[in-house]
Amino acid sequence: MLGNLSTPELSALLALSPSIDQIGTLERIARIQARSIKGAAKIQGLRMALSMIDLTTLEGKDTPAKVRQLCFKAQHLHDQAPDLPTVAAVCVYPTMVGVAKKALGASGIKVASVSTAFPSGQAPFEVKKLDTLYALDHGADEIDMVISRGRFLAGDYQFVYDEIAAIKALCGAARLKVIFETGELDSLDQVRRISDLAIAAGADFIKTSTGKIQPAATFPVVHTMLSAIKDHFDKTGQMIGMKPAGGISSSKLALQHLLMVNEVLGEAWLTNEWYRFGASSLANDLLMQYQKQLTGKYQSAAYFSID
Amino acid sequence: MSNSTWNLEPSLESVAQVQIKPQYELFIDGKWQAPLSATYFATVNPADEKQLSQIAQANAADVDLAVKAARAAHANVWSQLSGAERGKYLFRIARLMQEKARELAVLETLDGGKPIRESRDIDIPLACNHFFYYAGWADKLQEAFPGQQMEALGVAGQITPWNFPLLMLAWKIAPALACGNTVVLKPAETTSLTALKFAEICQEAGLPAGVVNIVTGFGDTGAALVAHPNVDKIAFTGSTAVGKQIQKACIGTPKKVTLELGGKSANIILEDAPIDQAVEGIINSIFFNQGHVCCAGSRLFVQESIAEQVLAKLKFRLQSIYVGNPLDKNTDIGAINSKKQLETIEKYLAIGLAEGAEMYQPECTLPSQGFYCKPTLFTDVAQSARIAQEEIFGPVLTIQTFRTMEEVVQKANNSPYGLAAGVWTANGARIFGLSNQLQAGVVWANTYNKFDPTSPFGGYKESGFGREGGRHGLSAYLKFSN
Amino acid sequence: MEILKTYKLYIGGQFPRTESGRTYPVLAADGSHVANACLASRKDVRNAVQAARKAQGSWAGKSAFNRSQIAYRIAEILETRKVQFITELLEMGLEKQSAEKEVQMSIDRCVYYAGWADKYQALISSVNPVASSHFNFSSPEAMGVVGIVACQQTALLGLISQILPIIIGGNTVVVIANTQQPLCAISFAEVLATSDVPGGVVNILTGEVGELLPTLAGHMDVNALSLAPISTELSIAAQEAAVDNLKRVRIYTEPLYVKSAQGLTYISDFQEIKTTWHPIEQIAGGAGGY
Repeated sequence: MLGNLSTPELSALLALSPSIDQIGTLERIARIQARSIKGAAKIQGLRMALSMIDLTTLEGKDTPAKVRQLCFKAQHLHDQAPDLPTVAAVCVYPTMVGVAKKALGASGIKVASVSTAFPSGQAPFEVKKLDTLYALDHGADEIDMVISRGRFLAGDYQFVYDEIAAIKALCGAARLKVIFETGELDSLDQVRRISDLAIAAGADFIKTSTGKIQPAATFPVVHTMLSAIKDHFDKTGQMIGMKPAGGISSSKLALQHLLMVNEVLGEAWLTNEWYRFGASSLANDLLMQYQKQLTGKYQSAAYFSID
Repeated sequence: MSNSTWNLEPSLESVAQVQIKPQYELFIDGKWQAPLSATYFATVNPADEKQLSQIAQANAADVDLAVKAARAAHANVWSQLSGAERGKYLFRIARLMQEKARELAVLETLDGGKPIRESRDIDIPLACNHFFYYAGWADKLQEAFPGQQMEALGVAGQITPWNFPLLMLAWKIAPALACGNTVVLKPAETTSLTALKFAEICQEAGLPAGVVNIVTGFGDTGAALVAHPNVDKIAFTGSTAVGKQIQKACIGTPKKVTLELGGKSANIILEDAPIDQAVEGIINSIFFNQGHVCCAGSRLFVQESIAEQVLAKLKFRLQSIYVGNPLDKNTDIGAINSKKQLETIEKYLAIGLAEGAEMYQPECTLPSQGFYCKPTLFTDVAQSARIAQEEIFGPVLTIQTFRTMEEVVQKANNSPYGLAAGVWTANGARIFGLSNQLQAGVVWANTYNKFDPTSPFGGYKESGFGREGGRHGLSAYLKFSN
Repeated sequence: MEILKTYKLYIGGQFPRTESGRTYPVLAADGSHVANACLASRKDVRNAVQAARKAQGSWAGKSAFNRSQIAYRIAEILETRKVQFITELLEMGLEKQSAEKEVQMSIDRCVYYAGWADKYQALISSVNPVASSHFNFSSPEAMGVVGIVACQQTALLGLISQILPIIIGGNTVVVIANTQQPLCAISFAEVLATSDVPGGVVNILTGEVGELLPTLAGHMDVNALSLAPISTELSIAAQEAAVDNLKRVRIYTEPLYVKSAQGLTYISDFQEIKTTWHPIEQIAGGAGGY
């Protein structure tokens, strides 16, 4: 299936993508990073961040047992602290979707599945289609697809656009996150271009990275993607979600990202419906900082369960 | 989890390490000397209108003492030192300033009202760096001007403004001392404290007595310095009106004069600009330091095709600008420097409205005490409107649109001033084309309000003459003979 | 019977009479009447400044190489008219040897500054290693329209010593010539008119310094003044008038007609320094400095 836009229409759309000045972007980020988050605002931010996590395991050695552990952790972040939110979702390979779905039961935590030959995306479309359908059949609530970076870098935008549109058509009620793997793209201009392209093709969320490539969710990349979301919203009134993934492992970074969302998009995006962190080790750091805020004592990792 | 408002709590910088004496004397000949005038004036914190200290008010006799001390120090000590030795004093001063950076930052914020983020991250580091930079020139003057014979001018009289008190002091004193001059500096009356703290640093550095003298006071103190027959050089940063008076006063004397004066700089956004960075550039161009910046990009020119979008983005961006207590680390716009300046700004807001321009200010609550002004945008501004022609020196931006580059160059240059300009476009050739056409001493392309000790700064036309910073900045403090 | 030449003004590439219709006699050293020169008025100053302003943008916009070629062309034409200038100088009372020397030095000075036109930039520019990720450079730019009071001691060499360094830097000029000895100035204008110098780049007025200078110094569209040694009263009055638009004023106290009165500073005194910043993208973690 093809997307709605013809090649000339797509070209016209992409021609509108503004250029991005990297140094100016870094300066804007530095302003955000200079902000000081304290007291109740910090507690609120840490709780928000926890609730936005897509708790992730995406390894060749993943087993049902490992995934079940992760799902338990997702529901019981730190039972010693009352009233904690749960994470937003658990993110796994398609083969683990059924296991996760069962383990999470009625918790309300979503199951996200990577797809389209994650992480490289180097597979024929038929394979990507089956990959996606498999995850959906097993109950995935969200699909995290990867784009064909090679095609994108080669300038074959129509191909990339059509592929996203086709997967979106398969998704039905499931929300589609489109992973750009920005560490394989060249400039922020390209990040902006793929953002505009993916949004036009029907992405519900745009996502920076697979977690397999460095650099991943850097501030300039995320800022650029947030700006694309903002421009789309200003033009159409339609909200698109954002998911930085990879590299955000500390509370400090997570809070700075949330501040950036707040300043670039506004508080409407400060919810896990519209914002996610793709992360595996972030949760415990957030929990430790949270406990520090409550108790005034610096925490030890020994007191926070790994999975 | 549903979304909710996420407001940052105030995060106040500690004032514990700042020592402010209840009263400051004049710093003359390496000593604190009670003013012959026997007069003192109060300096207040513009953020809460509370008095911080009493400052000595120098009269002509006090200025005379300071000039005599500077003359003697020049003749007997400073001119006898090698460039390398002078440089070592400057390096030592730079280091001491770095060590006291936080104290200086807090003091600057208390006395002047600028946000601690700016004094901490911009003013004070740049001031330290300026001393560090010129320290290294002191023994390389011959290399700086090959084939020319040169010597120090002698005693430099320097008058600094209230918008960047310590930074402007550094811009003045560092090159003057590096070139072998001694100085008498008069800081602005509302912001003397960091200059007086600098005097303490000079003492601590063991700088020979009389090399740096600080005479505090008002305009008449400055006028006495300008009129003093034994001063060889006047360096002034401030308003164009006062600059002209100074220039007139020095005619017929051998005094060398450099002036860094007002501006009404154009910031030009072309339709192919990196738009989000341009919007941020606009914020930096006009709201940096409450708009108390001689090179502020106070006239915004946006190409018509993107004007609506830029304005919408600008208004949205203003929602996350924090206005308030300058000591709060999250504050973006602090206090207006003085009641007088706030009145001037408010006068211009009224003029703008009377001229039929449309005014926009974001919703925000201002502190009940102290002098504050909301960030302000004026649209529908005519080129001939007073708010588009006169320097307001506050957080007030006038926005005009243009259609062609020829038009915008004409409008940008259509001003008696020529200090700075901004150009935003992703087209490299266009940047240089426009930069070339704009009559301005500094052109910021795809950036704005950047400063560096290595970078010459100064204006065309009525924005003054002479350059501060870089190798070019040395010429202002040297006498050349072929 | 000998035909006496009428010496007119030089404005915008034309040779108009003064709008005031006045002339004054130019006397030779022996007191004989050599010619009449125009006694320019304030309105002639105004017209000259207008012409200079009009010419400035495109003159500064020419390539430095082109300005260099044009300056050299001035030298070439001067060389072909050597005899005329020597004759005029002899009439003004110079010894033959002195006259020949002055003309030769004048030609040499034109050649000297022709060579500078595309070189001074490299010497007074800088690339500044700022601490942020920005390319930052400072380069000279013409001040604009410069008013000149020419050397009153010599008829040709002082004039050229002032005009050449200013125009090769992209400025245009309005010159008040040597009042007593204006002939060489107007003959020099004829050289300019035939040597590819665009009209309006150099404008030459003859007349009383005391009458013309206040207008020139007070003119709000003149950016700078170059004052050869003149009376203290005139100089101070000019400097005071210059404050209104903050003209840059260069006052020469040393003679301009000596061998040493040339060099880079004669050019750089009439240049602004413009500093331009631009971000440097950091590619693959590369440093953002120059």
